Amino acid sequence: MRKAFADAVLTQCGGEDWFFLTGDLGFMALEGIQSAFGKRFMNVGVAEQNMIGVAAGLARESLRVIVYSIAPFCYARPFEQIRNDICLGQLPVCLVGNGGGYAYGHMGPTHHALEDCAAMNALGVRVVAPAFDEDLSALLASIDTPTYIRLGFDARPAGTVVPEYAPWRQILPGGRGAIAALGPLAGVAWQALSDLPVDSRPALWAVCGFDSTQIPPQFFDQISTQPLYVLEEHVAQGGLGMSLSLALMERGLRPGEFVHRPALGYPTGRYGSQNFHRAQCGLDVISIRTMITG
Amino acid sequence: MHPFPEILRDTKLRLLRLHREANCGHVGGNFSCIDALMALHHRVMKPDDRFVLSKGHSAGALYAALWSLGRISEEELQTFTCDDSLLPGHPSGRGIPGLMFATGSLGHGPSLAAGLAVAARHRGQGHQIFCLCSDGEWQEGSCWEALTFAIHQRLANLTLLIDQNGLQGFGRTADVISCDDLTGRIGAFGVDVRRVNGHDCDAIVKVLSRPPDGAPRVVILDTVKGRGMPFEDSLESHYLPLSESQYEAARQAIEREVP
Repeated sequence: MRKAFADAVLTQCGGEDWFFLTGDLGFMALEGIQSAFGKRFMNVGVAEQNMIGVAAGLARESLRVIVYSIAPFCYARPFEQIRNDICLGQLPVCLVGNGGGYAYGHMGPTHHALEDCAAMNALGVRVVAPAFDEDLSALLASIDTPTYIRLGFDARPAGTVVPEYAPWRQILPGGRGAIAALGPLAGVAWQALSDLPVDSRPALWAVCGFDSTQIPPQFFDQISTQPLYVLEEHVAQGGLGMSLSLALMERGLRPGEFVHRPALGYPTGRYGSQNFHRAQCGLDVISIRTMITG
Repeated sequence: MHPFPEILRDTKLRLLRLHREANCGHVGGNFSCIDALMALHHRVMKPDDRFVLSKGHSAGALYAALWSLGRISEEELQTFTCDDSLLPGHPSGRGIPGLMFATGSLGHGPSLAAGLAVAARHRGQGHQIFCLCSDGEWQEGSCWEALTFAIHQRLANLTLLIDQNGLQGFGRTADVISCDDLTGRIGAFGVDVRRVNGHDCDAIVKVLSRPPDGAPRVVILDTVKGRGMPFEDSLESHYLPLSESQYEAARQAIEREVP
């Protein structure tokens, strides 16, 4: 999604009041932004705490700021700066973490972001996990609160067309409950299920946000007596599964069955590609298909 | 309008009473920087200039300084650290003009101030940005991140002040993690560093009135923690509130400065 993100910044974030800060990351992706933004593109170096503080200072003067790094360096290293400098002031800084979940695969666990949504949700940051490349333009056009955008890889089947961005979108209809897949996992599940008959598969929902007021009634109808499958490349604590569970409890609903597949960390103590880790968590194409077909 | 020495005396007395009535500690750090805060706000800063209190534990001194300027009402000041107040023990950054950020966790202010400085430069605005840190605060790596950024960006509209009172939460700074020769350390980054008696308002005004020379400035204020208090330059001034006898002794000491 880096290219789609960079393109969206150029189309949605024009104007002299936009600043783009990077913590020395974005090689072969952000050069266009660097060129277009000029001095408003600031590579602040390998200093994430300072990057967030500077962003807050700019935003406090009503300038619009995007902060970019790879996901773990974006939310974890400067956590307190996000909390105190951005959130306590309710400054509409847009934090962009590239490579949510296991996306940095064989780069190793320091480069994975498995608890980022929970951490940012806990601060009241609006967390968005776009599922598809096309989502970026809509997201960048609506930054008016502290926001964290978790970038991944658009994994939808080749040649498919996605519905217009919404926090919850039904990607595939189905007759056996529903899958709620966080961010790009919607594309992975799409690959897994698209050739199954409609009445033998669950509906597939691409979930990009955590605001339970945005869950469509149709989704609740689908799971009222049928299974609910939650897929997220994120730890269970503070993730989509917990968030959905609360939403269901608040509405007095109980799905026919609850299957939760979160990120499990590193259960074998061995490391590999994003797909290697997804497979260990039952989140790759084969595992998802088997989950449904048995 | 009273002359500055009388305003300073009255503000110190109000700050002292503020902490006494609130039974609030951090008196030492407030009285090590109140002279500099008052000199800055009354005699250096112009209306559009910005100030960031990075050493948020000296909130009382800043509240008192803003009170002396009429930006915080007496009624509001009386709510200091009380329920339903805009004036908690460390600034919230909301609700009071001049308080721009929530500070209190150390090491945040220099970056915030640098952001303000970039914004002002971007807009071609001529105002200055001032940020007050403590000396122990420079044990935080984030201060050095901000310093290198500010120097690299040549933020000539930024001035970092450091209240060097030599005491921190659990000991003397020299004994905890020494910041000895902070002037030399910071100067080694290629920035102009000046030292000044942090209780000499004329000297502070003089050093801060120098025109910018194309780079950020650092001013180290040599101060005494809890200056004028019965427990001046002692560790207990960092946390402990004033007893009635300490309050009275301190009050008399302040009044003796400017009868």
